[in-house]
Amino acid sequence: MEYNIKVWRQKNAKAKGHFETYHVTGVEEDASFLEMLDILNDQLIRKGIEPIAFDHDCREGICGACSLYIDGRAHGPDDQVTTCQLFMRHFKPGATITVEPWRSGAFPVIKDLVVDRGAFDKILQAGGFITVRTGAAQDANNILISHDDAELSMDAAACVGCGACVATCKNGSAMLFVAARVSSLALLPQGRPEAARRARAMVAKMDELGFGNCTNTRACEMECPKHVTIDHIARLNREYLKARFSE
Amino acid sequence: MLDLVIINGQAKGIIARNLVTGEIERFGAHAVVLATGGYGNTYFLSTNAMNSNGSAAMQAYRKGAFFANPCFAQIHPTCIPVHGDQQCKLTLMSESLRNDGRIWVPKKMEDVMKLRKHEIKASQIPEEDRDYYLERRYPAFGNLVPRDVASRAAKERCDAGYGVNETGLAVFLDFADAIKRLGHQRVEERYGNLFQMYEKITSSSPWEEPMMIYPAIHYTMGGLWVDYDLQTTIPGLYAIGEANFSDHGGNRLGASALMQGLADGYFILPYTIGDYLSHKFAEPKTDINAPEFAEAEKAVKERIAKIFAVKGTETVDSIHKKLGHIMWEYVGMARNEEGLKKGIEEIGKLREEFWKTVRVPGTNEEFNQELEKALRLVDFFDIGELMARDALNRKESCGGHFREEMQTEEGETKRDDENFMYVAAWEYKGEGVAPELHKEDLKYENIKIATRNYKD
Repeated sequence: MEYNIKVWRQKNAKAKGHFETYHVTGVEEDASFLEMLDILNDQLIRKGIEPIAFDHDCREGICGACSLYIDGRAHGPDDQVTTCQLFMRHFKPGATITVEPWRSGAFPVIKDLVVDRGAFDKILQAGGFITVRTGAAQDANNILISHDDAELSMDAAACVGCGACVATCKNGSAMLFVAARVSSLALLPQGRPEAARRARAMVAKMDELGFGNCTNTRACEMECPKHVTIDHIARLNREYLKARFSE
Repeated sequence: MLDLVIINGQAKGIIARNLVTGEIERFGAHAVVLATGGYGNTYFLSTNAMNSNGSAAMQAYRKGAFFANPCFAQIHPTCIPVHGDQQCKLTLMSESLRNDGRIWVPKKMEDVMKLRKHEIKASQIPEEDRDYYLERRYPAFGNLVPRDVASRAAKERCDAGYGVNETGLAVFLDFADAIKRLGHQRVEERYGNLFQMYEKITSSSPWEEPMMIYPAIHYTMGGLWVDYDLQTTIPGLYAIGEANFSDHGGNRLGASALMQGLADGYFILPYTIGDYLSHKFAEPKTDINAPEFAEAEKAVKERIAKIFAVKGTETVDSIHKKLGHIMWEYVGMARNEEGLKKGIEEIGKLREEFWKTVRVPGTNEEFNQELEKALRLVDFFDIGELMARDALNRKESCGGHFREEMQTEEGETKRDDENFMYVAAWEYKGEGVAPELHKEDLKYENIKIATRNYKD
């Protein structure tokens, strides 16, 4: 099958970007979107055109690297997938497909479709951890966790830090990401000792890095490949308020 | 990481390329720890992340660190089959699926042909015409036999012509019985996310039709040789996790890679590296202006310039795919002397082809993914060759390494403990020169070694 790929080209962080349209041929229906980009790049290199830079790694939906905005949607037209799990069978043969990098002030473009999501790392460094005690591990039965809490915590921990929430939000807010991290740890006893400090530090860092605030449009929830819900934002807000009152 | 810097015989730092700016940077230290993973991507198609590579371990090997048991690679039985020649990555379906799923192919060749032409569906094949080959061959363990055994059994059926998809390289993993026995809800709780993932990739629902699976490269047990302190043969150079060879022997068991990562990183290295560092307190901070750093940096820059200078016509991926085919064909699930010799020869030819025909666009001084891939491929050639050499030397079937000449009448692995009960540690002797084999004998004091038996 053949497609027209209208893609954002930008030489580096300082250069001015623009769209270019390329024709890609010989794409199998079962190819993933990233494999289609591999095929296009192979064809471009053979024509002497510089290949399109795009981020990817695990190609099975767990690393969160493949941050593409496809036809106006984060990770493209399928639901609850990352771009590597998006397949060409979702596009009509011959279609023109528009591909952009994440658009957010906090995620500057490095080249073409690759953005710097280092801001997420900085938020994690501000509080997305628990105290690691050394020495012999406790008996697991000393720390009882209800099945429901464990499941809820796991739902939040499913966040892969891809940044689709930020890219989708009209405020460029990272609330869903921060909420997933705070929530997954707040629900477990291991995360309680630093719960207040964590909520304060991660929210402060998020604000400092230029992410917007949440106005409950739920756009993030719609585009999250791991279906993290805004219930976790409510939990983050409660953790944050508690933390502020206990200061 | 593009080179290891050694000063007075001790590891003192590394040379790395900044992926964003392309700058070649020097990092000095009192010791170097490699936590750089395995080399499964030598095969191009694997379950590893696309950026996983063996380059750091290879630089250490070229600087004198022994590389142990390179031929031991694990082939995982439950991966989604290859769909065509455009694929870049194989997806692993969790091993846990084998707890409740039953693996089978049709008994009748006519059913196989109809499946391939999409004339019938798997669910239409009656129970008596299905060959649950693992349950048949290994009644005691059934679908829960170890990975190497399950993988070889799938290959055996597909080689015999019973593969169930168009390429003939797939078997069924069926949940119909589990859904009947446990009910929809219990199966959903256990495997719901995996079923969803499978359906997204293949557009076929495991709730209605069995999954199709086929073995794929998943993990490499071999790696840099380390002692009990996780130190390589170069003082001050440590290797942890999949990058070393230490924990899994010839065959890794499920979940133990995570275990090794935690054990090496949390519980072993923090206690052992202190011994080495305690002797270094009096030493000043490593000077990155030392001539050894300048020399290593110069060699790296020359290597990069040499790659750009080829200015050929072929893309890096297209050559890497060819390497993958050679590896899978001759150094894959079943190996033999003739094939391994042929493999070594083919790798050599392909390496020459690379240096004549590769085309890497752009420059070093920018974000350049093609250059990254080319630098890694240069190392994959050497790893692939080393794997084949080691496999050729090990004339026994052991763990993930299966030599066709060494099998029982029933097609099971046959070890040769008398001649091969050792770790094969290879020492680099220079470009184009055969590496030297060092044998570390395995001594068992508290257990009696036995042969695996999954039949009864």
